[in-house]
Amino acid sequence: MIPAQFEYHAPAEVEDAVDLLVELDDAKVMSGGQSLLPMMKLRLASPAHIIDLRHIPGLDAIEERDGFLRIGALVTETQLEESAAVAERYPILLDTARVIADPLVRNRATVCGNIAHGDPANDHPATMLALRARVVATGPDGERTIDIDDFFHGLFMTALGEDEILTEIQVPVPPAGSGGAYVKLERKVGDYAVAGVAVQLTLDGEGKVTQAGVGLTNLGFAPIRATAAEETLLGADFVPAGGLRGAIERVRDAITKAPGADEVIAAAAQAAADMTEPVEDRRGSVEYKRNMARVLTARAIRQALARAGAGG
Amino acid sequence: METFPVRVTVNGEAHEAEVEPRMLLVHLIRDELRLTGTHIGCDTTHCGACTVLLDGKPTKSCTVLAVQADGADIGTVEGLAGADGMHALQEGFWEKHGLQCGFCTPGMLMTGAALLEANPNPSEAEIREAISGNLCRCTGYVNIVKAVQYAADKMGAAAAETANAATDGEDS
Ligand SMILES: Cc1cc2nc3c(=O)[nH]c(=O)nc-3n(C[C@H](O)[C@H](O)[C@H](O)COP(=O)(O)OP(=O)(O)OC[C@H]3O[C@@H](n4cnc5c(N)ncnc54)[C@H](O)[C@@H]3O)c2cc1C
Ligand code: FES
Ligand code: FES
Repeated sequence: MIPAQFEYHAPAEVEDAVDLLVELDDAKVMSGGQSLLPMMKLRLASPAHIIDLRHIPGLDAIEERDGFLRIGALVTETQLEESAAVAERYPILLDTARVIADPLVRNRATVCGNIAHGDPANDHPATMLALRARVVATGPDGERTIDIDDFFHGLFMTALGEDEILTEIQVPVPPAGSGGAYVKLERKVGDYAVAGVAVQLTLDGEGKVTQAGVGLTNLGFAPIRATAAEETLLGADFVPAGGLRGAIERVRDAITKAPGADEVIAAAAQAAADMTEPVEDRRGSVEYKRNMARVLTARAIRQALARAGAGG
Repeated sequence: METFPVRVTVNGEAHEAEVEPRMLLVHLIRDELRLTGTHIGCDTTHCGACTVLLDGKPTKSCTVLAVQADGADIGTVEGLAGADGMHALQEGFWEKHGLQCGFCTPGMLMTGAALLEANPNPSEAEIREAISGNLCRCTGYVNIVKAVQYAADKMGAAAAETANAATDGEDS
């Protein structure tokens, strides 16, 4: 299968890429090409122009600076998997990268492309919703920052303008006492999620939840931020005595023993499931997917809590 | 339609071609350079039969444009064997019965070679994870894993021997 004809552009600067977007009709940006090329081969997309970002220097950096983990437009999933900062402070991102596609696709697929694509089946949107990330868009008038909550508009639709390039994702550096997890149910390696749940929590010294983020994958026409689940978790007390600063085992133990903890987790999981709008397809019925959303949310909360405790 | 000159090094040899932007890397390799060891299985980025090393990284060459490979160093299955015979991985697939129809094998070999380059002593879980983007419809993977382990053992022993020889040299 060969894509329809198109003209190829390989600008060397972001500004040049934006100029091309302004100038040309029916142009598409390509970063990893791992979603766009398969669509072009199937002729689901036949853009007249491809603007390849891969020759623009400086877009492939991943670094913590000024309170944010900054992920440049060309950072691949593999780079995320190999980053020491990610492994240490953003285990939820590592969880996510590891279940996206397969290692070969991840060698080229980019994190920013995964967000820009606007596919509710993609895994990073839920994680970025849970992490309260921001998206930097660069257009003819320069840069603007878009809150992740305002970014996803629907199936393949985002807040990016036609002449804008997503140049960076900014993830706030999690405060002490934070932990997160992404849990995905897939039929096989490389498949999109039956359901996926991202949970990011911050606990204070007494084990009370001070920040909660919950994002859902492939459970509606856009990635879902499960605000009802977040509200249930906020203020909940997960470690009654002795504080958090202990080994994982002790914290796990404490979580399960904290009075009411299981009930809070169950209520949050149900609240998340109630916010889903799945459609029936080869991956399962509406009831099944909704129930999986509940089960996976509970698992992700427990994992996030364990990691929050392990940090100190 | 405008064409672009593409210069690539394939298995150490420099090549040049004029390509349409829509030409896929796998077609440059198979149709222009006539290196047909790299296969096309699914053409939908699922099977990994088209895996080549693109600047050292195993990549599905059916999902990369040939123009994007300009200036790249490419490794295909034809470059695996050396002057002294088969690569340890190829020997492993032979010895451990790591193939039946052989269609997936070039891709498996390239992914396996990249794995052993990065991780000379992978666990079974690491091997299975590494080849999870390469589908085999014949073997059930068990013997493919054994073949990679065979190669790791053989290459490890060879490396130890070279290291020993080097220390012996220093002693004398
Ligand atoms: C076999 C297979 C399995 C997969 N499985 C999964 C999976 O399980 N989970 C998952 O999340 N994904 C999966 N993917 C998708 C993969 O992760 C994609 O690569 C990713 O969604 C898009 O990233 P990309 O860099 O390849 O983007 P591209 O394919 O280059 O672009 C995708 C879209 O985003 C736009 N775009 C890209 N970058 C930018 C930018 N910087 N600014 C503005 N617009 C931009 C493009 O114009 C295009 O419309 C799979 C892909 C394949 C081939
Ligand atoms: S032919 Fe490229 S992945 Fe199947
Ligand atoms: S040996 Fe036949 S597909 Fe793997």
